[in-house]
Amino acid sequence: MGLILLRRRLVDALAFLFASGATLFGLFWLFWILWTTFRQGFGAINVALFTQMTPPPGSAGGLLNAFYGSAVMILLAVIIGAPLGVAAGTYLAEHGRHSRLAKVVSFLNDVLLSAPSIVIGLFVYEIVVRTSGHFSGYAGAVALAMILLPIVVRTSDEALRLVPDQMREAAFALGIPRWRVTAQILYKAALTAILTGVLLGVARIAGETAPLLFTALNNQFWSGSLSGPLANVPVVIFQYAMSPYDEWHALAWAGALVLTLFVLGLNLAVRIIAKRTSK
Amino acid sequence: MIELMEPKVRPEQQTDAPAKIEVRDLEFFYGKSQALKDVSLDVPAHAVTAIIGPSGCGKSTLLRTLNRIYEIYPDQHAEGEILIDGQDILDRRFPLSELRRRVGMVFQKPTPFATSIRNNVAFALSYYERLSKSEMSDRIEDALRQAALWDEVKDKLGASALSLSGGQQQRLCIARTLAVRPDVILLDEPTSALDPISTARIEELIHELRQRFTIVIVTHNMQQAARVSQRTAFFHLGELIEVGDTAQIFTNPRVQRTQDYITGRYG
Repeated sequence: MGLILLRRRLVDALAFLFASGATLFGLFWLFWILWTTFRQGFGAINVALFTQMTPPPGSAGGLLNAFYGSAVMILLAVIIGAPLGVAAGTYLAEHGRHSRLAKVVSFLNDVLLSAPSIVIGLFVYEIVVRTSGHFSGYAGAVALAMILLPIVVRTSDEALRLVPDQMREAAFALGIPRWRVTAQILYKAALTAILTGVLLGVARIAGETAPLLFTALNNQFWSGSLSGPLANVPVVIFQYAMSPYDEWHALAWAGALVLTLFVLGLNLAVRIIAKRTSK
Repeated sequence: MIELMEPKVRPEQQTDAPAKIEVRDLEFFYGKSQALKDVSLDVPAHAVTAIIGPSGCGKSTLLRTLNRIYEIYPDQHAEGEILIDGQDILDRRFPLSELRRRVGMVFQKPTPFATSIRNNVAFALSYYERLSKSEMSDRIEDALRQAALWDEVKDKLGASALSLSGGQQQRLCIARTLAVRPDVILLDEPTSALDPISTARIEELIHELRQRFTIVIVTHNMQQAARVSQRTAFFHLGELIEVGDTAQIFTNPRVQRTQDYITGRYG
């Protein structure tokens, strides 16, 4: 008896040690990265960062054109990807529950979800950049939308499945047709979960670099047009960080810090929304 | 000549309670497993019919065929006939939204929609009828009054329906059903998730609604069946064992199995 108890206590202690050790190991790197980004980026944050264009080597400047380009491309990606994703998620959760096609779609969506983003960049390069003959902000937005899409499909599918069937039965029992039940009852019940999925998707595409290298490329100057190469934060960080110039390094760190804070803010917003509505 | 012009009184109208719903040879299947076997049953108008029986006896299944709500699950199907006012509602040509407007249903767990109290009632109403703003608020008030909820919510119609208590939510679901002016109301264990006080209020409400509607209630609670219904049908293993006046079923059942169930020998 005593031996079994002792062994169980020992196994329990070991399991606890491993689990908390693994957690600390993961957190250690995360905090190291955050700390380095803060330390290096904080000094480079100033008014010029948000008011001036990306400079040539050796002179001062900011990242205004890159912030603008990223914002516009993310916005356009959400406009393209979010409605499509919610519609596909609705099909999977509401219309295709018992169909083979939905199972296939769901599986392919998982494949797309885990597709390397550089592959998506190359794909959009082939179908948009090569056919139009030049890099463009539109191509960048399409690439980002393709990364956003499967995230929104998966989360809205799951969000709708979380709405209990009793709610559907109650609405159908009133004689309301399916599309109206979905639009007026189920979306309302699943709204925060769907919104959460879109925000998490935005957080994901905000830092994507590889797909933009092949599509939006970069632009050192101000460009309000989406039909030409467009500056964006991740690619600027990539280029400036690889350069030999100290001013560029500082700007890359500042860009990285702003991007990190943006993603952090989005994640916090998601948690606050989720918490407020679960009450 | 004059004699011929006069409408003839049909014999069934002279009897006291014409059947509102006539179930004929109903069979029901969940996939391959049969849940109802050859059920035939008349439900009289303007009365409460209680359906009792042990778990899994098919009583909820019967209720779910009366508004064809089972159809949202493709593996479930029914055979036979269910006549409401003489029309076979199991016929696929019978329009579903027409059926469900006439046959309302309230479920075991309150299912308020995640919107305001007002919108919960207005939702189906605005689908069936084009109403002006004032007509709409009259109808909403009317429905909430009929469901004995008006006095509790009249000052907060814009508040979320989820903020109501369980009993209030269930009465809201009844109001939502009454708003579209059905003839038949199906109640699927409507008080099993409620406390005794809320249960008493719902039972009072059923008593009042009986004057104007045909009510079918499924219940686990035999005292409830005895309190609220005029007719009782006892089901066991998918078969209708006995149906009759509630007083007769509870005091003098004809079938031994009914006797055993109501005296608590199984259930």
